[in-house]
Amino acid sequence: MAEAMIEFQSVTKQYQGGQPAVDGLSMSIGKGAITVFVGPSGCGKTTSLRMINRMVEPTSGTITVDGRDVSKEPAARLRRSMGYVMQSSGLMPHRSVLDNIATVPRLNGVSKGVARKRAAELLDVVGLASALGKRYPSQLSGGQQQRVGVARALAADPPVLLMDEPFSAVDPVVRDELQQELLRLQRELAKTIVFVTHDIDEATVLGDKVAVFAVGGKLAQYAAPEEILRAPANDFVASFVGRDRGFRHLAFNAAESIRVHPVKTVEAPELAAENREWAVVLDAGSRPLGWASPRDGTGLIPGGSLFRRGDTLRRALDAALSSPSGLGVVVDDDGKLAGVLKAEEVLALIEETRHYREDAT
Amino acid sequence: MEWFLANSGMVFSRAGEHLVLALIPMVLGLLISVPLGQLARRNRTLRTLVVTASSLLYTIPSLALFIILPPILGTRILDPLNVVVALTIYAVALLVRAAMDAFDSVDDDLRMAAVAMGFKPAARFLQIDLPLSLPVLFAGLRVVSVSNISLVSVAALLGVGNLGILFTDGLQRAFVTEVVVGIVAILLLALIMDTALVLLEKLLTPWTRASALAARQASEQDAKAGKTIADTHVHAEVER
Repeated sequence: MAEAMIEFQSVTKQYQGGQPAVDGLSMSIGKGAITVFVGPSGCGKTTSLRMINRMVEPTSGTITVDGRDVSKEPAARLRRSMGYVMQSSGLMPHRSVLDNIATVPRLNGVSKGVARKRAAELLDVVGLASALGKRYPSQLSGGQQQRVGVARALAADPPVLLMDEPFSAVDPVVRDELQQELLRLQRELAKTIVFVTHDIDEATVLGDKVAVFAVGGKLAQYAAPEEILRAPANDFVASFVGRDRGFRHLAFNAAESIRVHPVKTVEAPELAAENREWAVVLDAGSRPLGWASPRDGTGLIPGGSLFRRGDTLRRALDAALSSPSGLGVVVDDDGKLAGVLKAEEVLALIEETRHYREDAT
Repeated sequence: MEWFLANSGMVFSRAGEHLVLALIPMVLGLLISVPLGQLARRNRTLRTLVVTASSLLYTIPSLALFIILPPILGTRILDPLNVVVALTIYAVALLVRAAMDAFDSVDDDLRMAAVAMGFKPAARFLQIDLPLSLPVLFAGLRVVSVSNISLVSVAALLGVGNLGILFTDGLQRAFVTEVVVGIVAILLLALIMDTALVLLEKLLTPWTRASALAARQASEQDAKAGKTIADTHVHAEVER
């Protein structure tokens, strides 16, 4: 594991007359990596996150960031040295988008002009048009507000980002987009990110390492997401990860060697009545539009998910299972049809991967 | 009308006195109520005390207050200071509640975000709580402005100069025109003050209009989307 950036040393948080919210937490969080805290509600994941920037003070134990004990730092200065993104974007409704992004540099005494210039650059970094900078937050969509929230957290260029369920209030399509965006940003910026979520899928997509918290504030497992899905440490983790964990785990194996078969195709305008077998309907640029069925060749049946070359086994299996013909449609990088794949061959490949892993251990 | 034209100078100077007597207590009331409201919001005992006291204070008749105050303050009965102090008490009674409501109206998540970004308490109060409280505070100020302007005229019974003098004088002389001019002048004064407050609020809270606009656009878009769905529905019906 990489060099540690944040360390919890037997940290406990006990609220008056209750069960401990966090119980003897010891863990070290790697520099420049995304570490996800995941668990059911009441497991202490958010409390643990907030102890890092002293929004919550631990009852006992110490937390160090880059070797320095956080309790020795003035709270306001400590917080300005870490970006914070929360579920509701937490943007100030009375300030323009640019001024919102410029908040922390302004608190640090950077002049308005310089802070705004940096804020304008950040709009671009998080993929927002510069024209949005003059608007108020209420004039933005939920996804755009969340992007502004991320830009604001990055404004003072802090080495650490704390993200408290930042994407759980947006719809699934936008969430997917924001997750990919975060991964892209992280490849460029390499911040130390601590990300809290209750969604195991999000945790496995984003995390370099995943910490699964159990109710009562205990760390149940702390490992790479692939390992958590493949080898849950105990029954709690297994049940939290869920029934689909086998399927999810496929996302960690590339389906490089999957066979791609030729398939009968029809051009969209020539959807003929005569049709003996399933055929992929193509547009003029030979991109797949859907399927023509052998029974009723005249209708266009919507296709399933597409498998792009180099995708994972999970995508391969999903492409086959979601296709009306049982054949998964394979496309190349331009989105042009490359052929089809078969579910049984994906399964064989999965079995092969498993044997390979068995031999390796 | 002739009487008004002949005495317009007097009416205007009375209106000026009236305005000053109404405005100063409003400003003082605001300066007292904002910190008091913020303190009361954080302390339960103080909050109960403030809420009870503000209701009780407002039930004291103004005339009684104008008469009780001089011995307490050691002022002469004709001193305008009595009026200022009495109206400030009423203003605080109204505004401290408005201030508490105003601060309560600020989103707690936003406060937390501010803490997380490293705002110190004073900076947070001045840069976030206060500006976002303005719409609710202004609603309170508009009530106080109207209430003060009407209460100031009561002070005329004691002989403190303001537009109320037109009532006392007009009644003594059984001269209706003077009373009517007094009423119209007070109404106009209240209207002007209210308009000024509305304009000032607009100037200080430009974001509220942006939000309203965004909300309207969103609902219009929804309406449009609804219409297209309805349209396609009709087409589907026709095809069948």
